[in-house]
Amino acid sequence: MSSGGTVALQVNNTPRQIDADADLPLIDALRDMLDLKGTRFGCGAGQCGACFVLVGGHPMPSCETPLWAVAGKSITTVEGLGSPGAPHPLQQAFLDEQAAQCGYCTSGMLISAAALLRRNPDPDEAEVRAALERNLCRCGSHNRIVRAVLRAAAGNKSR
Amino acid sequence: MNMAYAAATGAVPPGPALPGSLQRNRTLGQWLRFASEGQVDVFSGKVELGQGILTALAQIVAEELDLRIDQVRMHAANTDTSPDEAVTSGSLSVQESGTALRWAAAETRHLFLQAAAAALHCAPSALQVADGAFLHADGRRESYWTLAGRVVLDREASGAIAPKDAGAYRVVGQPAARLDLPAKVFGLPAFIHDMVLPGMLHARMLRPPSPAARLASADAAEAALDQARLVRDGSLLAVVAATQYLANRAAVAAAKRLAWETPLAAPLPDEQALPDWIRRQPADASLVAASPRQQDAVAAPPAGVFSASYSRPYLAHASIAPSCALAQFSDGRLTVWTHSQGIYNLRADLALAFGMAPADITVRHVESAGCYGHNGADDAAFDAAWLARALPGQPVRVQWSRADELAWAPFGPAAVVDLQADVDSLGNVQSWRHSVRSNGHSNRPGRAATPALLGSWHTAKPFPPLLALNAPLAAGGGAERNALPCYDFPVWQATSHRLLSMPLRTSALRALGAHVNVFAVESFMDELAEAAGRDPLEYRLAHCGDPRARAVLEDAARRAGWPGAHLAEDRGMGIGFARYKNTGAWCAVVAEIEAGVDIMVRRLTISVDVGAAINPDGVRNQIEGGAIQACSWTLKEAVRFDAERVTSDSWDTYPILRFSEVPAVDVGILDGAGPPLGAGEASVGPTAAAIGNAVARALGLRVRALPITAERIQQLLA
Repeated sequence: MSSGGTVALQVNNTPRQIDADADLPLIDALRDMLDLKGTRFGCGAGQCGACFVLVGGHPMPSCETPLWAVAGKSITTVEGLGSPGAPHPLQQAFLDEQAAQCGYCTSGMLISAAALLRRNPDPDEAEVRAALERNLCRCGSHNRIVRAVLRAAAGNKSR
Repeated sequence: MNMAYAAATGAVPPGPALPGSLQRNRTLGQWLRFASEGQVDVFSGKVELGQGILTALAQIVAEELDLRIDQVRMHAANTDTSPDEAVTSGSLSVQESGTALRWAAAETRHLFLQAAAAALHCAPSALQVADGAFLHADGRRESYWTLAGRVVLDREASGAIAPKDAGAYRVVGQPAARLDLPAKVFGLPAFIHDMVLPGMLHARMLRPPSPAARLASADAAEAALDQARLVRDGSLLAVVAATQYLANRAAVAAAKRLAWETPLAAPLPDEQALPDWIRRQPADASLVAASPRQQDAVAAPPAGVFSASYSRPYLAHASIAPSCALAQFSDGRLTVWTHSQGIYNLRADLALAFGMAPADITVRHVESAGCYGHNGADDAAFDAAWLARALPGQPVRVQWSRADELAWAPFGPAAVVDLQADVDSLGNVQSWRHSVRSNGHSNRPGRAATPALLGSWHTAKPFPPLLALNAPLAAGGGAERNALPCYDFPVWQATSHRLLSMPLRTSALRALGAHVNVFAVESFMDELAEAAGRDPLEYRLAHCGDPRARAVLEDAARRAGWPGAHLAEDRGMGIGFARYKNTGAWCAVVAEIEAGVDIMVRRLTISVDVGAAINPDGVRNQIEGGAIQACSWTLKEAVRFDAERVTSDSWDTYPILRFSEVPAVDVGILDGAGPPLGAGEASVGPTAAAIGNAVARALGLRVRALPITAERIQQLLA
C-alpha cells in the first residue's frame, strides 16, 4: 500500500494538488476531495462507463484509475464540458433531445461522446453506437442518446 | 402496494369518495401551498424514479391553476410533509397522484378565484387567470400570493369542483421538457450518492458468502482494520470509516478474514432445470378468474387440442447505480434519506425492525438511478439506519457494491406458464386454460407483521425472511397479472400456483407477471395460428372485438409493413399484444429480428393507447425504454447461481443490452380517450412476445424458454 503524498494534475483546466494516497481512485479524488459530483459511481470495475472522464482526451473509468496513473495529466469531467450558462454542444443536444430517463449514465455518455467528436467531428450512427458501446444504460434511452450525439455533430458541421 | 393495493386490501377510508389519492389524503393544503412568491409548492407522495413523473404532475398542476410550468415547484416526498401515497409502482402514479392533484388544484383555483372576486368587488367571471394572477379588465389584479393569507387550504377537499375539460388544455398533452434533466446533463449534484452531511461516515456492508451462511467470528477481520471500525450484530456486518477509500480498503481487508459457517441447507435449484424445479415445489394454488360459462353448450367437440409450456429465469433489476442511503440518529429520532419507492412503507418496517414509533422516524426521498421495481433501496436504508443507531449523532452513508446490488437485491421471480387450448375446425379458440407457477412478485416493506428488510434477517435476533406474495387481482395482481386473456374466448380460466419455498428472494420487477404471461399467451397465439395455417395478425383480430385493441394491432402492423414479405431470408417479423393488467394501456409491438449467430432485434414498431397522455414525450420515452429493457431480458438476461450462491454479480456475468444491440424503435401514440392509464410497463410483455414470434418465423423454431440465446437455439436444433 502506498503512503500519502501529493499528486499534481489538471482538472478541467485548473491545476490541482491532491494530498492523498497515490493509489486513491481518481473518482474519489474528484467526488470527495474536489466536490465534483458529476462523475457518477456505477460498478467500481470499469465495466459500466458511468464514471468516465477524459484523460488527455481519452475516456477512462475513473473508478479504476489510481491517482498515480494520472499525475501530471489533464482530466476533463462532465463539469468541464460546459455549464448551464455555457453548455457544451453535446449537453445542449441532450437537453434538446430529452436524451435520458434517470440520467445516471448521462455524464459518462457525454464524456464518451465528447471524445468521439474530438477525433471524428462527423460520425455516422454506427460510429456513434460503437463509441458508446462501453457505456451501459438500463432505462433504454440509447436511441435518444445516439440522436443527441448526431445532433451535436450536425451543429458542429454547420458552425 | 400502491394506492390500488391499499384500496384492495385495507380498511375503507373515512369520508365520502374523493378522486385518486385525495381519498386517503383529504386536505387541500397537503398537496398545494403558496408560501413563496411566484410559485406553488407541490407535495406529491409519488417519487421520481427516472420515469419523469414529477414533470407530468407539474404539468397537471400548471394546467389546473393556470400557471406556467416553471412556477411549479415539486417537492421530493418525505414522511413529515407529503401525502401518504404508499408505493410509486404499477404505472399508477398519474392515475393516483395526478388525479388527486388535478382535483385539488381545480378546487384551489376556484377558492382563490372567489377570494379575488371578493377583494376586487366583481364577479368571478370578470377575472382572467394567467401565470398566477387574477386580472380584471380595468387593470386591477390579485394573485395566488396576494391572497394566500386569506384562502384557507387546510380544509377537506369537496370533490365538487370539476377540473378543466380536456378541450381547454394548453399544458397537459403537450411535450414538456423534464424538470430534473438539466442538473443531470451538467453533472450537478442530483442523486442520493451526491449528498454530503457534515461529518458523515462512509460504510460498506459485508454480506455472507451465501444466503444460508452465518458469521462465526469477525475477530481476525477486526484486528486487521486500519482507520476503520467494524460494526456487527449477529451476521449483519459493516465497516465504517471517514472516507469511501478507507471504507473500501477496510471492506476488502475484512472480507478475507471473516469466518463463516454454513449450516446444512438445501442447495439452490439447478439453474439449467428451473422449470422442472418450479413444478416440484409445494405451491398455493388458486383460481385467478374464469369465464362465466365453463362449457360452451352449442360448441362442437374440439377439432384440436393444443398445449405448450413457457418459462423465464430469475431477472435482476440491474440498476446502473448501486443502492445508497444515509441516516442519522439523534435524541431518539431517526432520519433516513433513501431512494425507496415507498417512504411510508419503509418507515413502517424501520419502526418494526428497531422497535421505534413511526412518529420518531422521518424518511426522505432522494433520487437515484432508474428504478424498475423493488430493488435494494429499502435494504440499504435499513443498513444506514442500523449503523446510525449504532453510532448515535453521527451521519452515516452506505453505498452497496455492484456485486451486492446484483446478488442481494430481490429478483423478479422465475416462472413457468402452461397453456392449453381447444380449437374448432377453423382453428379458432373454443376454450383456453392458463396456469402460471412462480414465487410471489411482492415482498415489499410496510405490509407484514415483521420487516421485509434484508439486514433485519441477519441480526443476532433475526426477523424471519418473508415469503413473497401476490397482490390481489383488483390491485393488478402479481404472478397472475395478464394471465386473463385479452381475447374473446368463449370459455377460459386462469390459475396461479404461488411457490411456498423461496431459495432466492423475489419481489416486484417491472410488469410483474405480465412479462412472462404475455410472452406465453402471445407465443401460443402464434403457434395456434400457424397450426391453423392463418396469419398471426388476422388470427388475433378474429378473436378480438375490443376496438382499442384492434386499433393498436392494426396500427403497429401497418406501420411495420406486416407481414414483412419484403424481408431478407435471415430476417423475421413477429407481433405481440396485450392490454396491460387487462385494465391499463393497450400496446402492440412488431419486432423485426435478424437471425445470425445471435438474435439481433433490428426494429420495433410500437403502437400504444395510454388514454389521455399528460406528457406525450414522457410516454414515448417510457414505452421505448420498457421495450428496450424487454429486449435485454428476452435475449440476454438470467440470474446465474450455483448450489450455494448467486454468481452473476458483475456486468460480465450479468450482461445487458449494449448500444450496438439496441433496435430502432418507432413509437406511435394513438389518440386515447378517457383517463390516463399509465405507460411505464405496457410495452414489456408485448415486446418479449414479438421477439419470440419473429424468431419463430425467421428460423421455423419456437423458443419457449427465455432468454432466447444462441445456446438455447443450438440446443433446440440439436
